[in-house]
Amino acid sequence: MLRLDGLLLGREGFRLAADWAVPEGARVALLGPSGGGKSTLVDAVAGFLAPLAGRVLWRGADLGPLAPGDRPVGVLFQDGNLFPHLTVAQNAGLALRPGPRLRPEERGRVEAALSRVGLGGLGERRPAGLSGGQAARAALARVLLQGRPLVLLDEPFGALGPAQRAGMLDLTLEALPEATLLLVTHDPGEARRLGGLAAVVAGGVAEAPRPVAAVLDDPPPALRAYLSRG
Amino acid sequence: MARRPVALIPGRLAALLVALLCLGPLVPLLLAGGGGLAPADWAALRFTLWQAALSAALSAALAVPVARALARRAFAGRAALVALLGAPFLLPALAAVLGLLALFGRGGIVSDALAALGLPRLSIYGAGGVVLAHVFLNLPLATRLLLAGWEAIPAERFRLAATLDAPVWRLLERPMLARALPGTVATVFALSLASFAVALTLGGGPAATTVELAIYQALRFEADFAGAATLALVQYAIGGAAAALAWALAPPPPWGAGRGRPVARWDAGGRLARWGDAAALALASAFLLLPLGAAALRGLAGLAELPAGTGRAALNSLLVALGAALACLVLALPLALRGGALARLAGSLPLAASALVLGTGAALLLRPLVAPSALALPLAALVDGLLALPFAVALLGPAAEEAEARHGRLADALRLGGWARLRLLHLPLLRPALGLSLGLAAALSAGSLGVVALLGGDEATLPLLAARLLGAYRTEAAAAVTLLALLLGLALLLLFDLWGRRAAA
Repeated sequence: MLRLDGLLLGREGFRLAADWAVPEGARVALLGPSGGGKSTLVDAVAGFLAPLAGRVLWRGADLGPLAPGDRPVGVLFQDGNLFPHLTVAQNAGLALRPGPRLRPEERGRVEAALSRVGLGGLGERRPAGLSGGQAARAALARVLLQGRPLVLLDEPFGALGPAQRAGMLDLTLEALPEATLLLVTHDPGEARRLGGLAAVVAGGVAEAPRPVAAVLDDPPPALRAYLSRG
Repeated sequence: MARRPVALIPGRLAALLVALLCLGPLVPLLLAGGGGLAPADWAALRFTLWQAALSAALSAALAVPVARALARRAFAGRAALVALLGAPFLLPALAAVLGLLALFGRGGIVSDALAALGLPRLSIYGAGGVVLAHVFLNLPLATRLLLAGWEAIPAERFRLAATLDAPVWRLLERPMLARALPGTVATVFALSLASFAVALTLGGGPAATTVELAIYQALRFEADFAGAATLALVQYAIGGAAAALAWALAPPPPWGAGRGRPVARWDAGGRLARWGDAAALALASAFLLLPLGAAALRGLAGLAELPAGTGRAALNSLLVALGAALACLVLALPLALRGGALARLAGSLPLAASALVLGTGAALLLRPLVAPSALALPLAALVDGLLALPFAVALLGPAAEEAEARHGRLADALRLGGWARLRLLHLPLLRPALGLSLGLAAALSAGSLGVVALLGGDEATLPLLAARLLGAYRTEAAAAVTLLALLLGLALLLLFDLWGRRAAA
């Protein structure tokens, strides 16, 4: 279970409160306007932002003392997911060891993960030689290899076109069937596609997640204002 | 976790080392020096301040019309002229001296012309020559600093002024100059306080001896260590005060200036303005290019009479330059990776020091243990590396910040710390800045005279050999050796820079 226990987050002149829990394997869309605090919440779970108060608990254990790399968390960032000077295989291989040279056994695992996301045979390319969709797949392969149970998706496919974005989300769900997912998105359609829970993040509060259909069919006022503007 | 600066401990160590190297020499200086100043020392202090003030005022005043012309005129060769303005920064000061001698010296082109007309020949030895050389060396820098000021005025303001038919000079340019000129003057003043090579070759005598030259004479010819220490303290004080002043008034670093296109202007269409700008640009170009061209011609002619020790001096220069690049890197990289106020402070400490002061401190420190001249070359490499540190930190710091901003979170998420982070994140992404920093440190060192001249010994570098030849009035040979020093510096700069730019792809 992922539990946000009386969590209070702050950045310059901005506060966000969250106090809820979701079971393992849940898929949660974080919906809300820009600047509402969706990425702030993801940063706190990933360990990039220390809370002002409260705790982030995973399977009952407080994640507070753990550095980002030591948490049971994999992250797909908005951008900067790949080191430009390393090959695709080396980038994905960083999930296995902190160095560019892999053992043969590890190389096999990397190649398998790349094939799984549709990048078989492209392991020797560098990020500059990839399309946007391919780069997103390479980053997904790395998250796959990390095998962390909790995966944070901070608008990772924002730079892609709508059709590609839907395809990448489907691929992610298929590749990570067991993982607990938190997906930051502006797009109600994407939240529906995720097909789990949705939490509205607006007005300084991250509300408790509810089934996505319930949230979108009867949106709370903050979300309604945002959706009608869009 | 809030963003933590990486490399905390190496960064602190490097800052401590820089502080020791820059401030440590004060200890033996304070112990040995502190006696009063002789009348000749007071004269040297007065001359140093006077010539630096005059050089700064002239450089800044002459830079105003040149920078304005560059800011508002588009013409073929503008980019080349802007690039040329960057060259004197890397030019060995001796090359400037030789160029000015070739043009304005007793045997120079202008003197020949005057003599043909029956007029007396010129001489640029003395105070006039020192100021002339400082203006030659610093006019380009002042121009780039002011050009950056002009480019900081948004283009819309000029359009607005045009629609209002408002006076651009009073409304936009004069207020900008009021902000930019003090920093420009202070920078040139600080640089002119500590340009030993110019004072050594063109100055001298009761009327034109700088404090640095007096240090050199006290140490080299009179073995007067107490006197040299006192003078070094004086130099340290005025250099530190001037650097602090320039720092406080700091104009933005001019690296990017002139890359942009000139701003379209509606107030400069008059014939007078156009001819004025053309004259400013032509005169400035001639003032910069003719001496350099003359020095290069003399250097080429002198290649036939290179003295016997040239090869050895070239090897020494190469080793010192490589050592300086290494020393600079070892200090600059941890500082840049650590970032923050400590790194900025440590990175700017060497601005207050000068090669002569550091060399005098080192000589006093080492004298009980070993003859300082035996360590002249390694000390020169260390001091040159230290003096290049501010530029390296200025290049590496932003690159490190950008690498962390772009990929720091990913590296955190992947548990990349310590060596793995250095190897996988920083070194590859900082490589262009590393190459340029190494190249700058090496090129500056290849043209520098300071420590080796002060500590002497049997080993010479190319600039020292050139200064000795010039002292013996073998001008053509001196020009040839200086040309070699210049070529060595440029070659090192290009090689390191190429290495840095060679993308991993």
